[in-house]
Amino acid sequence: MGKDQGMMPWKEVPFGLYILEPGNSAEFKTGNWRSLRPVLDREKCVKCGTCYIMCPDMCYDQQDEEGYYLVNLFYCKGCGICAAVCPKNAIEMVIEEV
Amino acid sequence: MGKKVAKEVSIAIADAVKLARAEVIAAYPITPQTHIVEHLSELVANGELDAEYITVESEHSAISASLGAVATGARTFTSTSSQGLALMHEILFIAPALRLPVVMVVANRALSAPISIWNDHSDIMAQRDIGWIQLWAENGQEAVDLVIQAFRIAEDRNVMFPTIVNIDGFTLSHVIEPVILPEQEEVDAFLPPFRPKYKLDPRKPLTMGPVGVPEIYFEAKKAQDEAFKNSRKVILRVWKDWANRFGREYHPVETYRLEDAEIALLINGSLAETAMTAVDKMREQGKKVGLIRFRLWRPFPIQEFRKAVAGLKVLGVIDRALTPGGVGGPLGTEVRAALYNAARRPRVVNFIAGLGGRDITVEDFEEMADRAAFYMKKRPKEAYETIGVRES
Amino acid sequence: MIPELTKFKGFSVKNLPKEEPLAPGHRACQGCGEVLALRMAMKALGTDVIVCNATGCMEIVTSPFPHTSWRVPWIHIAFENAAAVASGVEAALKVLKRHGRFPKNRHVDVVAVAGDGGTADIGLQALSGALERGHDFVYICLDNEAYMNTGVQRSSCTPFGAMTTTSPPGSRSIGQMTWKKNVPQIAVAHGIPYVATASPAFFLDLMNKVKKAALVKGPAYVHIYAPCPTGWGTKGEDSIKLARLAVDTKIFPLYEVIEGKYYITRKITKPKPVEEYLKAQRRFRHLTPEIIEEIQRRVDAEYERLLKLAEL
Repeated sequence: MGKDQGMMPWKEVPFGLYILEPGNSAEFKTGNWRSLRPVLDREKCVKCGTCYIMCPDMCYDQQDEEGYYLVNLFYCKGCGICAAVCPKNAIEMVIEEV
Repeated sequence: MGKKVAKEVSIAIADAVKLARAEVIAAYPITPQTHIVEHLSELVANGELDAEYITVESEHSAISASLGAVATGARTFTSTSSQGLALMHEILFIAPALRLPVVMVVANRALSAPISIWNDHSDIMAQRDIGWIQLWAENGQEAVDLVIQAFRIAEDRNVMFPTIVNIDGFTLSHVIEPVILPEQEEVDAFLPPFRPKYKLDPRKPLTMGPVGVPEIYFEAKKAQDEAFKNSRKVILRVWKDWANRFGREYHPVETYRLEDAEIALLINGSLAETAMTAVDKMREQGKKVGLIRFRLWRPFPIQEFRKAVAGLKVLGVIDRALTPGGVGGPLGTEVRAALYNAARRPRVVNFIAGLGGRDITVEDFEEMADRAAFYMKKRPKEAYETIGVRES
Repeated sequence: MIPELTKFKGFSVKNLPKEEPLAPGHRACQGCGEVLALRMAMKALGTDVIVCNATGCMEIVTSPFPHTSWRVPWIHIAFENAAAVASGVEAALKVLKRHGRFPKNRHVDVVAVAGDGGTADIGLQALSGALERGHDFVYICLDNEAYMNTGVQRSSCTPFGAMTTTSPPGSRSIGQMTWKKNVPQIAVAHGIPYVATASPAFFLDLMNKVKKAALVKGPAYVHIYAPCPTGWGTKGEDSIKLARLAVDTKIFPLYEVIEGKYYITRKITKPKPVEEYLKAQRRFRHLTPEIIEEIQRRVDAEYERLLKLAEL
């Protein structure tokens, strides 16, 4: 563990323990919590964006040039909400291979 | 130079807060703090002080709202007493950890039960470990001066710690005294506007008050403690500047007729004035008695204190609070601890006196000095003695 | 009608704000409905905000040092005082603007965020004080119906019959023995300009309500239903399904109260039986048909009462 995990000598502790880098949790990988992975069936997908807005982990923040929402596996915890809410059943949760 | 006027000390304190140009005041009424906050609301209501006055629904919210305000970059004042201070307790620890320099006047009052609105120091002595700078005023002039100084000390970028000014409830807060209120220009020259390096501002987002995981909690507290101890440098500098500008001197440990004293009494707050009268009387009788009081109680001025008492034979420490089942009153316990490893130290006798508004008279002080003298030759058997309580 | 609200056209699927004031990498549980609701709320609010967060799940999962999920200014002081801290922030902004110490024309929404415990129980006094004083701020209660962060203890927002670690069913108990405290109605009683309930299952409705709460001058209160797979004994993937069921069974009705006038924002004409909602959660598994029937009667009566209020 190093500084990025908050290990530092007391003299280097930031003033008031403030965190001065807004949103730096984006560096923190939560994807390794996952046991299931969402897989998109592009045949069924209508690019409605329900997966994007219904993801608690902001995983669907990118779209490719064709407009399909791309899952960011760095964050995806595999909760399966996207698959459950997809109006076209275009997302399937598959077992994550280790 | 301001001119001398006769004022109720609470009113003078409110005027000092106005002179300091406080921007947010959040307070909840409690006797005997009320006159301070009533006068402040008046000053805000009639436009003499352009501030936001938040009439919170509890002291817990008074301190919470104060922290929100000061975190946003506004100069902030609050005031309370007794149960109100106790209700704030949880939040009081958070203010210095988050380096939020609110200034608070505590009109010292006994804690319940039985409920008592009268003066002693049990409220503030229960808050020794909160990590605030703590100052004591003895009279109205000191209260006014300390309140203005408190903003400059607290908000200094090398300090950034909340600060309490203690005044005795009723015996100081409600008496009319001659005080010099400095001119606005003088205060403005002494006290720059509050410009914290960090604040809650969408133009520069930051996170205040994150979770202290075990990997960082201890280091964070160590860093806080070291910064806190360092604040003494600024406190001394501010007092020097104040003396230069206003001619009134302030020291971490204030002494009276101590130069050749063998015995000294130690008491904080306004009753030190009565104690001085007793000291003068005893001096006339040829007794070598002096007086000590803490101006700065946190961070504890250990060097100044050890130096002040080094030549004494016995120090009588007068506590106006009880530590039930303890080894002395809070002041006595701490003073003994401060002297334990000192090269030269007097014998320490601890008295508990003046609880819940019980007066401590000149005669009481004389009695305590005589008790102290008695212990020149003999070690005290008890951890502390109570003075002024009816035995029969 | 409040002019700020009439001007607001509302969000649509096509114009959702791209900004994520709440960053990923937070430590919320898989399928957390609370962090999802918070994400939606923050998207609606944007970045000109100052957030005052009460102690609780959202505070913990978004700020374990050295990481923060907040891209906006954020402060956490304690559990019961988010509304009081927000009061101070709001007052400070006002006076700093007057004194030329903060840009006069830059509007900042002051937002307090707390869970149901921090709102309905320990924080109720501070909330009431702040609502009564009329501060211009938004209070968001994310209601997952128990103290989840400390291990699923009951709160006054825990629904009747629910099993928690401090309302366990037993030979002398059916679980939670009291009916859910109605905090939105308590907020309404303060005579504030805007109160709403919302659910992440209806994200546009949620975002519009949060935005309206920010737009009105004065205090606004938004009570958001927040499914908790960990505390409720449900599957993470079902969080939105449950949020929708809670609305469709009339258990968690969606409405707005604008200047005292009630508007049902999603009228349930063909309600689903509460049993469907209850059966889907482990916390209700022990309930007998009689208790379920009692809950159904209560839910129906409450909904009728709400409809009547909307007719006023």
